[in-house]
Order: sequence, then structure tokens, then C-alpha cells
Amino acid sequence: MTALPASTDKKLGLVIDLDTCVGCHGCVTSCKGWNTENYGVPLSDMDAYGADPSGTFLNRVFSYEVQPADKPAQTVHFPKSCLHCEDAPCVTVCPTGASYKRTEDGIVLVNEDRCIGCGLCAWACPYGARELDQAAGVMKKCTLCVDRIYNENLEEVDRVPSCVRTCPAGARHFGDLGDPDSDVSKLVAERGGFDLMPEQGTKPVNKYLPPRPKDTMETAGIPDLKPVATEAKGFLGWLDKALEKL
Amino acid sequence: MHPAPSVIIFTTFSGLGFGLLAWLGLGFPDVSGGTAFAFFFIAYALAVGGLLASTFHLGNRKNAIYAFSQWRTSWLSREGIASVMTLLVFAPYALSLIFADTALPFLGYLGSILALITVFTTSMIYTQLKTIPRWNMPLNPVLFLLYALSGGALMAGEAKVAGVLILLLTLLQVAAWKMGDDRLSSTGTDKGTATGLGSIGTVRMLESAHTARNYILDEMVHIIGRKHAQKLRMIAGILIGALPAAILLLTPAGHVTSFVALACHILGVIVGRWLFFAEAEHVVGMYYSRD
Amino acid sequence: MTKPENIKVETSPPVSDEVRQTTCYMCACRCGINVHMKDGQVAYIEGNRDHPVNKGVLCGKGSAGIMQHYAPSRLNAPMKRVGPRGSGEFEEISWDEALDIAAGWMGPLRDTDPKKMAFFTGRDQSQSFTGWFAQAYGTPNYAAHGGFCSVNMAAAGIYTMGGAFWEFGQPDWDRTKLFMIFGVAEDHDSNPIKIGLGKLKERGAKVIGVNPIRSGYNAIADEWVGITPGTDGLFILSLIHALMKSGNIDLNYLSRYTNAGFMVNGDESSPEFGLFLRGKSGKPQVLNRATGKLADYDKKGVMPDLAGNIRKAGVTHRPVLQLMADRYLSDDYAPEAVAERTGISAARIKAIASELARVAFEEEIVIDQPWTDWKGEKHDKMVGRPVSFHSMRGISAHSNGFQTCRALHVLQIILGSVEVPGGFRFKPPYPKPPEAHPKPHAGVTPGQPLDGPHLGYPMGPEHLLINEDGSAKRIDKAFTWENPLSAHGLMHMVISNAHAGDPYKIDTLFLYMANMAWNSSMNTSEVMRMLTDKDENGDYVIPHIIYSDAYSSETVAYADLILPDTTYLERHDCISLLDRPICEADGLADAIRWPVVEPDRNVRGFQSVLVELGAKLGLPGFVNEDGSQKFKDYADYLVNHERRPGVGPLAGWRGEDGTGKGRGAPNPEQLDRYIENGGFWVDHLPEETQFYKPWNQGYQDWAVERGIFDAPAPYVFNLYVEPLRKLQLAAEGHGDVQPPENLRQRVKDTMDPLPIWYAPFEDSNVDPDEFPIHALTQRPMHMYHSWGTQNAWLRQITGKNRLYLPTKIWEANGFEDGDYATVTSAHGSITVPVAHQAGLNENTIWTWNAIGKRKGAWALDEGASEATEGFLLNHIIHELQPPKADGMRWANSDPITGQAAWFDLRVKIAKADPPPPESQPAYPPIKSPVGKGPKNVARKVK
Ligand SMILES: Nc1nc2c(c(=O)[nH]1)N[C@H]1C(S)=C(S)[C@@H](COP(=O)(O)OP(=O)(O)OC[C@H]3O[C@@H](n4cnc5c(=O)[nH]c(N)nc54)[C@H](O)[C@@H]3O)O[C@H]1N2
Ligand SMILES: Nc1nc2c(c(=O)[nH]1)N[C@H]1C(S)=C(S)[C@@H](COP(=O)(O)OP(=O)(O)OC[C@H]3O[C@@H](n4cnc5c(=O)[nH]c(N)nc54)[C@H](O)[C@@H]3O)O[C@H]1N2
Ligand code: SF4
Ligand code: SF4
Ligand code: SF4
Ligand code: SF4
Ligand code: SF4
Ligand SMILES: [Mo]
Repeated sequence: MTALPASTDKKLGLVIDLDTCVGCHGCVTSCKGWNTENYGVPLSDMDAYGADPSGTFLNRVFSYEVQPADKPAQTVHFPKSCLHCEDAPCVTVCPTGASYKRTEDGIVLVNEDRCIGCGLCAWACPYGARELDQAAGVMKKCTLCVDRIYNENLEEVDRVPSCVRTCPAGARHFGDLGDPDSDVSKLVAERGGFDLMPEQGTKPVNKYLPPRPKDTMETAGIPDLKPVATEAKGFLGWLDKALEKL
Repeated sequence: MHPAPSVIIFTTFSGLGFGLLAWLGLGFPDVSGGTAFAFFFIAYALAVGGLLASTFHLGNRKNAIYAFSQWRTSWLSREGIASVMTLLVFAPYALSLIFADTALPFLGYLGSILALITVFTTSMIYTQLKTIPRWNMPLNPVLFLLYALSGGALMAGEAKVAGVLILLLTLLQVAAWKMGDDRLSSTGTDKGTATGLGSIGTVRMLESAHTARNYILDEMVHIIGRKHAQKLRMIAGILIGALPAAILLLTPAGHVTSFVALACHILGVIVGRWLFFAEAEHVVGMYYSRD
Repeated sequence: MTKPENIKVETSPPVSDEVRQTTCYMCACRCGINVHMKDGQVAYIEGNRDHPVNKGVLCGKGSAGIMQHYAPSRLNAPMKRVGPRGSGEFEEISWDEALDIAAGWMGPLRDTDPKKMAFFTGRDQSQSFTGWFAQAYGTPNYAAHGGFCSVNMAAAGIYTMGGAFWEFGQPDWDRTKLFMIFGVAEDHDSNPIKIGLGKLKERGAKVIGVNPIRSGYNAIADEWVGITPGTDGLFILSLIHALMKSGNIDLNYLSRYTNAGFMVNGDESSPEFGLFLRGKSGKPQVLNRATGKLADYDKKGVMPDLAGNIRKAGVTHRPVLQLMADRYLSDDYAPEAVAERTGISAARIKAIASELARVAFEEEIVIDQPWTDWKGEKHDKMVGRPVSFHSMRGISAHSNGFQTCRALHVLQIILGSVEVPGGFRFKPPYPKPPEAHPKPHAGVTPGQPLDGPHLGYPMGPEHLLINEDGSAKRIDKAFTWENPLSAHGLMHMVISNAHAGDPYKIDTLFLYMANMAWNSSMNTSEVMRMLTDKDENGDYVIPHIIYSDAYSSETVAYADLILPDTTYLERHDCISLLDRPICEADGLADAIRWPVVEPDRNVRGFQSVLVELGAKLGLPGFVNEDGSQKFKDYADYLVNHERRPGVGPLAGWRGEDGTGKGRGAPNPEQLDRYIENGGFWVDHLPEETQFYKPWNQGYQDWAVERGIFDAPAPYVFNLYVEPLRKLQLAAEGHGDVQPPENLRQRVKDTMDPLPIWYAPFEDSNVDPDEFPIHALTQRPMHMYHSWGTQNAWLRQITGKNRLYLPTKIWEANGFEDGDYATVTSAHGSITVPVAHQAGLNENTIWTWNAIGKRKGAWALDEGASEATEGFLLNHIIHELQPPKADGMRWANSDPITGQAAWFDLRVKIAKADPPPPESQPAYPPIKSPVGKGPKNVARKVK
């Protein structure tokens, strides 16, 4: 439904730890695999083996370089998928009602049986989280693996998004960000989780955990090791005494 | 944004079509019979053709009927409804003029209002997008309406009115270009807020998530050289306004001059529309920026 | 119109009809996978949660396995070449014909001169089997790809402590508090490292990344040490300097578990100078601190006096630790002295040394777990030092790599952090000291098997594989004075040596799973020339080439006979304890692959083909007494072959009743048990055997029970490597086996028994002022060498590569996005697209490895970006160094192990203006033997 629900019972979403993501693209292809085989039409690849391929992915991992004023540049791997925004502009622009936000859990979905592939929702999304499938002409986006997280054909431990289950570094966390006592909410509080482009007013549910401070050792005032000896002979003397104490 | 021919054609011609309808509904020019047929044919052709062209932008036309369902929230849905209503309301009005030689002024005024509403809804499809700051300003709907009204006036043969409107349009368009240039930076969105890493230092993309193309890049990350854009603005400005206005206001009215002015104007609008899309920076571009 | 409010989403769709569990082979990490089947087809692949390696997770490649399996580049049938070599023109033939051709070439050679058949394997995981085949055939010319991969790391680890990082061991991820990672982009232990780093991050433990490039693991490191390539040895020795100088070394550990106390002969005039003093028992001697007398090092109750010495006949003999003090306390290794060359400030080196010392000695870990050592002494707890290290090709793939890897192990050992809680832990069947490994063999008798295994660990000059006249016995010149400890052979030298007829010519080159005509060769352009070069009679200089690949790779075009393999989901495989097992530190484990789908093409698993070919050739072990084929196929071999009585390729469910672990008679139902268990077997180590493995009585006994050893084999770590000293002694003129004069000085200089650092050879072979820039490659985590490109998903992520340049070089040359640069080494040049990276050592440039492809390969369009923009650095690397003053050209390899020194490369760079239309060099397309892939893909099993 094109109108956003006034509130949702839960705010299911992802928390992505930028201090831990090594940029392996595991979540990218795992997402592609699950969502090609499951919800909606398969995620197509055009000119797949050709000179100019292009395909639909629901999750992609960028690499950024951040240059602090007085330290070496840092590299940050940056996975990005739909953030399941509370004020999702992609939903309200949709002319067909294909895009909607679920009241029960806040997941933003596209009903492919209604979508006309106008692309307006993708224009409205600041994050590039929607891709129009070029083979089927319908809008594709992260489903938060709605067909996994409640799936009774899966073992309980596996009822998490495909990308979360596969992430080798454990950089992706899934849970209810509406519940302040959930593990994900606590993690966000502890590590100073943040929103992407807060000024866009979308109120993303997904949160990002910042990289921890880096390259601090040299300036941390770690005391130099004290020499026990300055040359080999002194070292022998120390050695003798130290062995005594063993 | 990708300046897709389908959306350029759509916005240019449907704008002209609804603009002409708006004037026709008000009785300018006062036509009947064969002449009325010719005018309405042109107006409908432009409006419907433009709308049809816009459907080429759709990936999945078979669901198009649903597009009228979300008028409560969606400007695109509203536009669909408004355009259909406009065309429906104008149908008896036109038929009566053509075949009965009778004007139905109430329907005409209603149609004109609907035509302008249609143009306004079209403009709002773009204006509403916070993600494209260049479009996201009140001047944008004003411009869309002015484009429709001045193009319509030109086609309606209202040379002097058209001349004045076009001058105004040109001034506002130039202002919009200028204002648009600062819009992105004034939103505060930059690579720092996009990635949330701005507090650590300056951010640039090291490696894109994909070396292959994708929909987002094709559709939203269109980069046009600044110099190139300035030149095109000059050309568009001259063609849209300066030249037609000069012709209309300085030369005696006549079919040939009107036609030349109109041709110039349309060409200008097409260039302008191309710029409208091509210059529109979508904030998602922040994620792909290497500088 | 359905009201949108009523949209019902199917939240519980059936996931699949069936799950088949096997082992991933998108790379050599060997994770367990659940293959979801629908309608008999592969529908979705996820990780197996119970698997010891990946515990459910998968990387980017593994999750894309489905597209590898269905890749259009798969070969369809055996083929013989019909066009000229390199053209890609083939004719499909039957398996009978293919095997006849192969046997027709190989059979006569076996009866006359078996060494003319050289069999080399690449990314293979069945080396115990392929090696067994080659041994039965009788050629000395067999090895896998380790020589160009990471033999420095492997050999330095084995000689120093019985195992390296890599597949041999891993940090104690659950307990370590400070972790240093040197020169790793991805490594074989791909998912375990990521899982481990995730654990450290969860605890907020510190990670220090030492790497010229800040990406991947180094991106998430808390400290990035952007070292100058090739100088890690100097940096590490400086840390050792700082730690020794401040007394931050674990003396108890060194006394008990290492040869720190071994007495070294100090008599310069003796032929035993620098060797260990040995007692009547033949065992190395230590000075008993209690008595002041010499004693066998392993005598119960003896603690060596590291501070003492003995004088005999006017000569002082001293323990190893004192020789180390002599060397490493020298100011040559002071942080200030190495800062400029390493590119790391002295303050930073000091801070890292302090932090290592603090965490190791002040944050000691104690586990209340009694254990008994090899001398019978009981200990009531396990004490650990929570600093750990990992390293791979960044230090290994240099010509000083062996010594640098040694230095790193010595650093770990003086901190007392190997095989202790919080430190580095071996994965059984490691540790295994050099003595416990075979020695290399090359004894050839026509028509007979080789006299022993091909590869091994020489303990001195007597084990080298050289003829009386000093010439090499092997085609790759492994185990010669050029590279005496070349434990993995030198695959990168095979084609050039065979082409040059040096040491001799060969007839048939048999390659398996290695893209030697492209990304796995140094100087690709030259190798392609050698493979197509003809002699005066118009015959190919290398007359016959047989190749097994599963896909339409570049190398396929250069073979005469193609034996098409299956995909990894279509065949039996075995990840055996006999070669490269999948064990974890606390568990012994092996695994299989099995055909979760049957091939739909005329292809066969390569190992099954070898089983048949071996029988056709009548090789011992491959035939029954009546000459009939012994094993039906590889699966049959896996179950029924015994290497030693009761020990076979698979360790699980042995014995007739299936209860045997490690040992037991063949069990006909063994493979079924594996399949039922998810494709793997794991046997967890009892608690008291989990640490101190080389010295832990419990572990030693357990290992014997499991068939890892036949008798307990405890040993101590080698800070000082005596076999190196033996080689050095020979170079000093002692003994019968003498190095040739041109190598004598180099052997003396480089075979130091204590770790040293010397500049990478390229530094002195080319003018560093003319070629001031270091050029490197890195593996992308989501691509496996050339394999990934045929994968429609992965190639969209990285379908072209660019050369990354640091800010200094970027700005000095006025580069902008979209520019090309010409990069020139002493061997050639390439012209390629560039990009800017600030987090990069200022004298280093790099690119992703093996993204560049030859036009026409991998069933891709000839205009594919991999072929037009993508490029290889390999064109400007050479397997030989530039000529020396005497005109000799040394191998571009480590002088000790022969490891290819990929990362020694020095270059200069200039802007290419105007840019070329495509990356250079560009080669004409090869004809695809499998056609091209389909246009669009949207695969879904309904
Ligand atoms: N510049 C540079 N070059 C390098 C390196 C570097 O760091 N820098 N690294 C070097 C190192 S360490 C290595 S190990 C080599 C690796 O180089 P290669 O061993 O050549 O690796 P791949 O490109 O994976 O080639 C293996 C071949 O195996 C084929 N193959 C894949 N699956 C199967 C299968 O199931 N069966 C069979 N029979 N064949 C299969 C593939 O199609 C491919 O042709 O590259 C080396 N080259
Ligand atoms: N995804 C993926 N995984 C793979 C492979 C693959 O192709 N793809 N290949 C497998 C194979 S065959 C191998 S051998 C392993 C290799 O695994 P890695 O050792 O991780 O191999 P490389 O990618 O060559 O990475 C070498 C790293 O060393 C750094 N380096 C280079 N020179 C120096 C130096 O002098 N000092 C330091 N400190 N660092 C340096 C480089 O910047 C780079 O980060 O990976 C295996 N795993
Ligand atoms: S991230 Fe984009 S697609 Fe997802 S809810 Fe927010 S605006 Fe919509
Ligand atoms: S593309 Fe589909 S989901 Fe998106 S706005 Fe258009 S109709 Fe709605
Ligand atoms: S939650 Fe599911 S759909 Fe969304 S990114 Fe992860 S795997 Fe893809
Ligand atoms: S799987 Fe995890 S570590 Fe890998 S790219 Fe995705 S979030 Fe990062
Ligand atoms: S690391 Fe990745 S590709 Fe390698 S075996 Fe594991 S899942 Fe497969
Ligand atoms: Mo390798």
C-alpha cells in the first residue's frame, strides 16, 4: 500500500559493522542466490557473458577511502542494501501500490504483480537500494528475506536473512530495531550506530556501526621497552639472573 | 539522471499538448468546425503521444491499470488520473465545437483547470523527489506550468501573450538553472553523510561495488561536463525564449513567423528537458564518486 | 483489483526438495556446503553449519558456486588439437581415443626414459594420489604448484617448527588479544580467517596489519603498517632486537621447547663448525644448568643453561640463544637503523614491540588443564601468551621470503606463543618436523616405479637431487644448489627448462588444473611463445602436451590433448589427511566431494581418468596381478587403497564395522557414512591434548592412535636450522657434495641457520633508481585466480582491473581518472588503466591478480572487459633475473626454496598519452572450443 503505516509492530532490519566487514562480497552473492531462486522473479543478468554485462543485485559492497587530517587514509568496505526506512519515500511515490511497508514488521516490499516498472521508487530512494530488473521489468529490492525469516521449512537458527547467515566475518546482524532490548539495538547503542543520509529524512531502520579509531599506537604514549643490557655481555648477565628465577 | 528520450518526449510534448488544451478551453483561439478539429487533433496528439511515450519508460506495462489506484499518495497516480480526466472532459467540449459549432464554456473552463492540474501533477512527480535537489524546489512546478502555458499560447497563435510568457519563462528558467546549481550542496548531503564516515575525514570511492553497469548507474548517475552544460544552457535559453520572443514581439504577426517561433521554442524545450534530466544530480551519485 | 492491503506474501515457501552436502571448490579453503536441489537441479547453495572449516558461512565465491557449475565455459568432451597450438581449434573425440592417445605417448616413454614425461598439477587437492601415480609411472618430474605459490612459507615453517600458518595452523582465535597479520590479502584459509577476525572484532581485540596496501583484512586492522615490500624481515628482526634487548622473551619456553640451549660447535677450523655438539647417543647436547655438564637435550629433568658455555681445546662452544644475542642485539637491527628501509618509523616499531611484550607477558592466559609432557613431567595448567600472527605470500613471494618467514617464526617462538593458549595453534596432522617428512627421490629405472616419493625435506647436501656432474635430475632443477630446499618443486620453471632443454628435453608435458599459458606463469607472453615454438624439423620443441581442465581456459588452447574434468558438484574428491587436510586446531578432519549431480556432458572426473590411465599403462598399484584394472574409479580407490596397512585416503569410519578412526581396514560403506555425515569427518582432540602438541605426551599418543605417526615423535623447535648450516658448510668447502663456483658465495650468504635479511634480488639486479617502484598483485576475495571470470555474477563485481597508484605517484605524473599508464620493468612493459589509492605505501603500485583474460577464453565475448581493459602484471615478471656480470641468469626465485619471487618486481611508470584503445599487450583471440555463453541469464528452478 502506498501510504506508509503510522507505525509498525516491529522494525526488523540489519546492523552492519563497518569495523568488521572485510569486503568479501559473500553477502552479495548469497543474496543473489537466495533471491534468484525465491521471492518473485529471478534476478536477471543481461549480456551475462558478453562485452557489457549488467544484472540485478539487491545488495552490493563498495569500498571507500577516508582521509583523516593527520593520519594515513583508511579503507572501509561498505555493504549497502535497502534500509527499510520508516519514512520510505519509495513507497509513497509508487503509483500502483506495488511498493508497500508491512505493518507487522516494517519490511518494505514490492508486489511484483502490481509493479509497472516505472522506476519512480528507485528515483525516490536516496540509497540506490532498488534496481529495476531488466529482463522482467519489475522493481527489485531487498526483501529482508521475508521468505526466510519466518520460514517454517527452515531450522530456527536459519531463519535469518541469507546475507546474515553467510557473512563470514559476522559483520551483519539482524533483529528488531524497534525493541530497545534486542541484541541489535544494544549493539547500536554500544557502538554508536548511525543512519545514512539522515538529512534525507527517510529514517532508515538499518544502522551502520562506525569503524573503531585507527592508527593510534604511535601516538598513544606507549612507553618504550627498557633495555636489560646494551650489548651481548650485559645480556648474558641478565640471562643468568633471569634463568635463576625460573 | 539519464536523459531518456521517452521522458524527454513525454514532458515536452504532453506539456505542450495540455498547454494548448488549456488555452483552447478558455476559447483561445476561438475555433470551430474543421479548424477546431485541427487544433484539438494537435492538442490530443501531443498530450496522448507524450503520455504514450512515457509508458516506454515502463518495464511492465501490463500492470498499467494499477497506476490509477494510488491517487491519495502518489503524484504519478494523480497525474494519470488528472490527464485522463482532462482528456475526457475535453472530448465533449471538442466534439461540440467541431460538429455542433457550439462552445460549452463550463466544460472548457473545467478542462483548462484540469489541464493545468495535469501539468502541475507532472511537475510534482519530479519536484517531490528530495533525492534530486535540483528538481526539489517550488520554482519547478512554476516552470512546468509556464512551459505549458507559453508553448500552448504559441500554438494557439496568441503571439503577443506567448511572447510575454516566453520572456518570463526564460528569465525564470535562467534563475532556476542558477538556483539549481547550489541545490545539492544546500541539502547537506555529501559523501560524508552518505557513508556516515564524514566525521573521520574526507571520503572518496576507492572501488565501486561492481565494475559492470547496473540500473542505478544507467538511470541515475549521469555525469555531464560543466562546460558542456553551460553551452547547452545558452543554446536552450536562446531557442526557448530569446529568439521566439524576439520574433513574436518585434515582427508583425503571421503564420510563418509564428511557426518559426514555435519550432525554435520546441527545439529549445527539448534541449532544456535534456538538461533538466542530464543536469539533475541524484544523491545516490555520492556513493559512486571517485573525487 | 486486489486491494493492496490484502497482499499475502508466502513467508514459508518450501526451500528445496532435498539437501545434498558436499565440499565447496570455488577455492582451496574447502568449506562444507548444503546444495539445495529442486527437480534434480542445483537451486541454491549455502554453508554447512556443522562443518569444521566454515561453520555455516560462505564467501562470495562459494555463494556463487551455482553459476560456476552452470558456466557455459564447461568443456563438453575429450578433444584433440586440429589447428596450430594456441589457435583453440579442436575436434571432439571419444574417451577411448583420448586414453589411447595418452597411453600411446606415455607408455613407450615409461619403458625407455620415464623422465621425458613430466606431470605437474596446479590447484589440485589430490596430491597424494597424483604423486602416487607419478611415482608408479617412474618419472622424477612431478610436483604440484607449491613452488610458485608459497613454498617459502611452508618450508620455513616445517624447518623451524614443523608447520607454517596457512593450512598448517591458525591463531587461537577465541583467546588471542593481539593479532598481527603480514602480507595477506585472502589466503587459503579464507573463511576461517574471516570468522577468526570476526571473533577478535567482537571482543575488540587489537589487529595489526602489515601490508603495503590497505585493503581487505588490512582495512579492518586497527593499525596499518604500510611497509615497503621486501623489508618485512628487517622489521621483524628489529622487533626481535627490541624484545631481546629488553629481556621480553619467554625463557622457560625457550629452554624447554626449542633448541635455544643446543650447544653449537664454535671451532672455526672444524668441518662441524656451526653444527650442534652431539653426544654418544647422537643427540644434540645442552649444558645442564644443574650440573654444568653436557647432556642429551631431551633428558628428563635437564634444563639447559642458556647463559653458559663450554671451552674445549681452546674453543668456546655456545648455546644457540647466545648466537642469537650476538646477532640480534646489534645496532644494525635497532628500530632507528631499519626505519628508513622499511618505511616504518622507529617510534612505531618501538610501540609495536612494547605492545607485543605487554600483551604476551602481562596478559598471560592460564587454563586449568593438567597435561603431561614428553619427558613425563606433569603440569597442572596450560599457560599461554595471547599474541598471535598470521602471514602468507606477501612475505613468502620474495627472494628473501624463506628467511623472512623464518624470522617471523622465531619472533613467535621467543614470545612463547606457539602451541599455547592465545597464541598460534597447529592443526593436526601438524606439527611435523622436517625429520618426519620424506626425503626427495629421483631414482629412475625404465619400466619401474620411482625409488621413493618425489618431494620432501632435505637435511643436508647429501639429499640433493643432482648428478655426479652437478646437473639436475629433475626438469625443474628442484633440490639442486640453485634451490636446495625446494620442497614443492618449481612448476614455474618447467616450461622454460623444457623449452631450453636444460637440464634435458622432455617429450610429454602432462598438466592438470593450472592455467600455465596465462595467469600462473611468470612472463606469460614468453611462455606462450615457448609452447608454440618449433625446432629445426618443424616439430614443437615440447612435442606433446596433455591437459586436464574443466573449463575453456587459456591453457586449453595450448594443449594437444584435452581430458575434460567435471565440475566440483559432479565428482568424487577427497581432502585427505595424506596431503592437505581440512583440520582445525582442535580437530582432526577430512572430507569428500561426491556427485550431487551427474554430469550432463561427456566429461569424467580427472582422478578417475588417472585410475584408468594408470591401469592402461600397467602401473603397479593400478592393476591386479592379472593385469586388470584394480580400482573401478576414484571412489573405489578412496575406499580401498591403503597407503600403509590400515591407513588410507580417508580416515573416518574405517574398519569393517566403521568404528575405526584414522586406522582400520577398508570399509565398503565408508563413502556412504561420509555422505550421511555431511561430507566430512571430524574427530575432536581431547582437552589435555589441545596445546603444546609437539611436547604433549597425550597428543603424541593420540596421534599414533589416529595413524598420524607410527610412534610418538616429540621434538623441539628449531630457532637454529642445522640443515641450512650444513649447506653453508659445504659452500665453505667441507664435504663431497659441493656447490658450483658461481653459486658458492650465494649459498654461503643466504643459507644462514639463523634468520637474516637481505634485500630482494631484484633490487641489485636492476637499477633501483631507474625502477624505483614496487609492483604487486593481490587476490580479490571474491575471485579465484582465473576461475571467477566465467561466473556471470562474479564478473560483474570485478570484470576489469586497474593499477592502483599511491598519491605521490598519482600527483607527480598528473594522472586523472580514466588515464592509462605504461609500466616498464627490466623485462618488458604493459600499458594499463590506472586509479588512485591513498592508503598505499608511497613507492608501491598494485592490481588485482588474474582478472585480465585472453580474448576468446572462458566462453566470453571477445570484447569482454576482462580482455580489453583487464590485464596481467605477469607479462612484465620473468622467471629469470636479468643477466649477471658473468652472463649467468639466476632464477627469479628464493635461493633456498626456489619459490617464485613474484613480488620482487620493480618498475617505472609513465602516463600513456594518448591512451591505447585497449590494455597492452593485446593478443589475438583464441577460438573458443565451447562457443559463447547465452545472452541473458535468469535461472530459477520452479
Ligand atoms: N602476477 C601474479 N601471478 C600469480 C600469482 C600472483 O600472486 N601474482 N600467484 C601465483 C599463485 S600462488 C598461484 S597458486 C597461481 C594459480 O594459478 P593457476 O593454478 O593457474 O590458477 P587458476 O587460474 O585457478 O587455474 C587453474 C585452472 O584449473 C581449471 N579448473 C578449475 N576447476 C577445475 C576442475 O574442477 N578440474 C580441472 N581439471 N580443472 C579445473 C581452471 O579452469 C584453470 O584453467 O597463480 C600464480 N600467478
Ligand atoms: N579469493 C581467493 N582466495 C585465494 C586465492 C584466490 O585466487 N582468490 N588463491 C589461493 C592461493 S593459490 C594462494 S597462494 C593464497 C595466497 O593468499 P595471499 O597470501 O593472501 O595472496 P596474495 O593475494 O598474493 O596477497 C599477498 C599480500 O601480500 C602483500 N604484500 C606483497 N608484498 C609484501 C611485502 O613485502 N610485505 C608485506 N607485509 N606484504 C606484502 C600484498 O599487498 C597482498 O596483500 O590465496 C588462496 N586463496
Ligand atoms: S532504502 Fe530506499 S528502497 Fe529501502 S525503504 Fe529506504 S527509500 Fe525505500
Ligand atoms: S517501479 Fe513498481 S514499485 Fe516502483 S514505483 Fe513503479 S510501480 Fe511502484
Ligand atoms: S536481507 Fe535478504 S534480500 Fe536483503 S540484502 Fe540480505 S540477503 Fe539480500
Ligand atoms: S559478507 Fe560480511 S564481511 Fe563479506 S562483504 Fe558482506 S558484510 Fe562484509
Ligand atoms: S572460502 Fe569460499 S570459495 Fe573457498 S571453499 Fe570456502 S566458501 Fe568455497
Ligand atoms: Mo597459490
